[in-house]
Amino acid sequence: MNWLRHFFRTPEAVAGALILALLAAMALAAPLLFPGDPQAIAGPALLPPFQDWSLPLGTDRLGRDVLAELFHGARTSLAVGLAAAAAALLIGAVVGTLAGFAGGLIDEALMRITDAFQTVPSFLLALAFVSIVGPSLGVVVAAITLGAWTGPARVARAEVLSIRERDYVAGARVIGMHPLEIAFREVLPNALPPVLALSSVIVAAAILTEAALSFLGLGDPNRVTWGGMISEGRTVLRTAPFLSIVPGVALVLTVLGVYLAGEGVVESTAVRRSLS
Amino acid sequence: MSVLTVSSLAKRYRRGGKPFAAVDDVSFEINPAETLAVAGPSGSGKSTIAKLVLRLIEPDAGRIDFEGQDLLALSGATLRAKRAKVQMVFQDPLAAFNPRATVARVLDDPLRTHNIASRADRPRRIAALLERVGLDAGLAARAIHEISGGQRQRVAIARAIATRPSLIVLDEAVSALDVSVRGQILELLLDLQRQERIAYLFISHDLGVIRAVAHRVVILDAGRIAESGDARDVIAKPQSAIGKALVAATPRLIRNRP
Ligand SMILES: Nc1ncnc2c1ncn2[C@@H]1O[C@H](COP(=O)(O)OP(=O)(O)OP(=O)(O)O)[C@@H](O)[C@H]1O
Ligand SMILES: [Mg+2]
Repeated sequence: MNWLRHFFRTPEAVAGALILALLAAMALAAPLLFPGDPQAIAGPALLPPFQDWSLPLGTDRLGRDVLAELFHGARTSLAVGLAAAAAALLIGAVVGTLAGFAGGLIDEALMRITDAFQTVPSFLLALAFVSIVGPSLGVVVAAITLGAWTGPARVARAEVLSIRERDYVAGARVIGMHPLEIAFREVLPNALPPVLALSSVIVAAAILTEAALSFLGLGDPNRVTWGGMISEGRTVLRTAPFLSIVPGVALVLTVLGVYLAGEGVVESTAVRRSLS
Repeated sequence: MSVLTVSSLAKRYRRGGKPFAAVDDVSFEINPAETLAVAGPSGSGKSTIAKLVLRLIEPDAGRIDFEGQDLLALSGATLRAKRAKVQMVFQDPLAAFNPRATVARVLDDPLRTHNIASRADRPRRIAALLERVGLDAGLAARAIHEISGGQRQRVAIARAIATRPSLIVLDEAVSALDVSVRGQILELLLDLQRQERIAYLFISHDLGVIRAVAHRVVILDAGRIAESGDARDVIAKPQSAIGKALVAATPRLIRNRP
């Protein structure tokens, strides 16, 4: 718990944590505060913000409640960002561990595949995948994961390459432990810290990619997303700029919050490690 | 019958692009309940022999017979099963364990891997192992990094004997320990050997220690056996140049033991 104290000593980390806490609260509270369908018509179209206190942020082109959309959008952004990052970290850690630990042909093959995925820009990959399979929340998560697992895979492999030479790995072999058990129970957990250090960047990138896909109309049509809101607002940018600004600011704050909090965690764990 | 017979073992590495023999035409055997020491200067191939015998690396030539069975012919699951019988104790007892492990987990691994005890029975076996090496059974819950170096080396020995091996390879197993702790660990090793008839392949650069625990000694020089024989005889009257140099580098030997 010592690192928590280090974490809260840096103002950036505190700001990041606050933003994330707010975002999480929004995501969790969305169905309670706005139990109805956020895509249903709630009032007159294009009502400006702060006019009607039952619709504090006004309404969009179709008369939908912007605040409700914002809350439900937080839910989508957070869910997609976290799910895609978790999947990318998991796949990356497993692939990197297998490659680094097995070595030889397996390593060669897995790293060529990783190279192949890394050469294609991850956004194009996601775009292509969603256009082929069709937009739904699961597909969007998969599409983002597709371009995000290579970084963790490389970091995990590099770490495993150094860990596998340690005495304790030889010790596990001498005991007669199965190689897969050595790889995943003895080596992988010790290779995780630098891999997990990537998570804030991956979550932030995943949230942005999801927004970009939705902006292009490739998000899940049954979900409110910030990217979709920005895209909708664009058509009335001159007359009702707040329709794009509100979700845009939310997006920027979220990415900033994730990044700051992530940096704070990495830094405070580094402090802890250098202290011990 | 010998526990271990090594014949014409060779292992080559590359250094600066050129191949060189880290171990070259090495042959020896170890009998049950016997300690064979391997001595030699740094880089003479001692650890390489240990790794070859443990099948951690593959030799380029030679034969390793363990209890009459060709060890090099084994692979996969049969090799893993055989590993129960050939155990190891490392020099650095901290590096030898997963940094996240607890004492209990370290001792649980061999018992579980070789199905030596049921899950319910294992805590009792772990406590017995700890007591066998002179540790308090309450240590089981502690993390590996929370116990002292001497305690850790006792845990390493407990782990090595968990599968009732007939051979334990000890690569500089007491070199990192304080002199007082070293004596106790050597005492424990001798006691285990008497009780369980375990053979030791005892690697050390310390002729004083070798003289105290080993029956026979092999002296290596640049991967080859320079001389071998009864430990006390070789140390008292070394024949090879390297043997003489090693003895000369250990002055306290002369006064130490009768
Ligand atoms: N994986 C490897 N690749 C290349 N050369 C190696 C490798 N392992 C060992 N060597 C070389 O083989 C020789 C023998 O090494 P080894 O570790 O067996 O020596 P040692 O007798 O145990 O020395 P020390 O007393 O310092 O532990 C050394 O010259 C070493 O540099
Ligand atoms: Mg060595």
